[in-house]
Amino acid sequence: MSPDILSTPVVDTVKTPPDRAHSRARAARRRKIVVAVFRALLLVAVLGLWELLSRTKAIDPFNFSMPSKIWDQIYTWLTHGTALGSLGEQIWYTLYEALLGWVIGVAAGVVCGIALGRITFLADVLGPYIKVLNSIPRIVLAPIFVIWFGLGPASKVASAVVLVFFPVFFNAFQGAREVDRNLVANARILGASDRRVTLQVVIPSATSWIFTSLHVSFGFALIGAIVGEYIGATKGIGLLVAQSQGTFNAAGVYAAMVILAVVALVAEGLLTFAERRIFRWKPTGSDS
Amino acid sequence: MLWSAPHLPSRAMSPDTSPAIELRGASKTFRTPSGGLHTAVNGLDLTVGRGEFVAVVGPTGCGKSTTLTLVSGLEEPSEGEVLVAGEPVRGVGDKVGFVFQQDATFPWRTVLSNVMAGPRFRGVPKAEAKEKAREWLARVGLTAFEDRYPHQLSGGMRKRVALAATFVNDPEILLMDEPFSALDVQTRALMSDELLELWEGTRASVVFVTHDLEESIALADKVVVMTAGPATVKQVYDIDLPRPRKVESVRLESRFIEIYREIWESLGEEVRITRERGAAHVA
Ligand SMILES: Nc1ncnc2c1ncn2[C@@H]1O[C@H](COP(=O)(O)OP(=O)(O)O)[C@@H](O)[C@H]1O
Ligand SMILES: [Mg+2]
Repeated sequence: MSPDILSTPVVDTVKTPPDRAHSRARAARRRKIVVAVFRALLLVAVLGLWELLSRTKAIDPFNFSMPSKIWDQIYTWLTHGTALGSLGEQIWYTLYEALLGWVIGVAAGVVCGIALGRITFLADVLGPYIKVLNSIPRIVLAPIFVIWFGLGPASKVASAVVLVFFPVFFNAFQGAREVDRNLVANARILGASDRRVTLQVVIPSATSWIFTSLHVSFGFALIGAIVGEYIGATKGIGLLVAQSQGTFNAAGVYAAMVILAVVALVAEGLLTFAERRIFRWKPTGSDS
Repeated sequence: MLWSAPHLPSRAMSPDTSPAIELRGASKTFRTPSGGLHTAVNGLDLTVGRGEFVAVVGPTGCGKSTTLTLVSGLEEPSEGEVLVAGEPVRGVGDKVGFVFQQDATFPWRTVLSNVMAGPRFRGVPKAEAKEKAREWLARVGLTAFEDRYPHQLSGGMRKRVALAATFVNDPEILLMDEPFSALDVQTRALMSDELLELWEGTRASVVFVTHDLEESIALADKVVVMTAGPATVKQVYDIDLPRPRKVESVRLESRFIEIYREIWESLGEEVRITRERGAAHVA
């Protein structure tokens, strides 16, 4: 996924003479450093340009704010807390809603996907309904959930669940459908019952499909939680965005976005880590 | 005879007079995606005696794999009967082992876990399954690789895993569908010898499908020549070469060459028919 992995060359120390392997490794390291430096330069350039344009009033600083102000805002939130309480509490609140919604959505999606993938009758009966449900732009359900479940976490969890469920469901379904028929036949010959085939052949085969959707779907869970909070909540980063917007504090909106991005990146990192542990059986180099 | 001892009782129970496998007028018709019917096997009669090694040769696409799926219980015949140990086949039984043409090791399981899969699926306790699996891994020379994943092995090693995973279940009936066709020539000869050795330890009844006539003569007691599809038995040849055999040396014997020539006369014709049909399709 990350370009670092793509650019890591395979250094074959067995076949190549040591000095050549050495110089090749050094070249690879140098290339890595160059990439990192250019990345940092790009970031500095963009932020610098933004700051400059804003300070010289080439763009409206009131609407577009500037990096230094955003940083000040984050710093203030960190040290003095937000109007809603400490920043950590807001992050935790949002994360809690997103995680809960994500777990429920993933569990439901995997179970339904595998079940429909394995049981053709169910798939035939439910197929059209699922298509209809999937074609609804589900984000519009968020205000309805706030009406149903109130300002507390339940409404945000519900929005996260409906956003997470479908991508996970479709991937699990596809994964269950695309299981290698040979593996299923082999398992049956070796003595596996239908239940064993599902648990020990279909689900492991479908995990790569499911994991693909997990990456996307955690982002969806965050969106669900944030939008829910934005519409009506008592705590959370989404509410922070709404309040900053209400007080015409552009820096606050951007600062909340930065915090969200960091949260999402950390979650993505954890997921990738878990994936590497689970997919040790896969040949390296094949994307997962 | 370490391996024949445990399943003596079960063999004693089934009437010893009935052959291991019997196909009586078995046919298999598939519905093609375009809605038509395709007959892969037509009125096939075949008998495999107990402990017999039967090789089935026929042109590619004639219906050899389909025949094996009928015997295994993975598919039902559209017409006719399939009997294993005198009993009609109803679904996948516990007597049958099947080595598939394509790789069918579970990629997410280690080598050891792959070989343990069969006994575990059949409810053998973990410790016992592990012990049995290790024993078979030793037999196929993969003890040092038990913690590897299939993708870390060569094609020949993966085939050995498949053999161990099949033999660990003590099958009375062993079905093999061109098991070595994806291997290079040397590995193939080696694996054939190993197969004969393993089989001589178990005395299972074997149906070995191949499109390679040399391989079939070198391995089998009986070579069955199939017609061009839909498959029916064209002719059956007894192979009177003495055992134990080494496939590399046996194929140099004059008797081998004699048999080869005789069977090729019959098989070559079917191959030609298949080839002409293929050409007609292309044209
Ligand atoms: N599941 C299936 N559906 C439709 N046609 C099939 C199916 N399996 C095999 N066939 C057809 O039956 C014929 C025999 O196939 P197969 O038994 O695999 O041949 P062989 O193993 O001798 O090469 C082929 O023409 C093949 O296309
Ligand atoms: Mg075949």
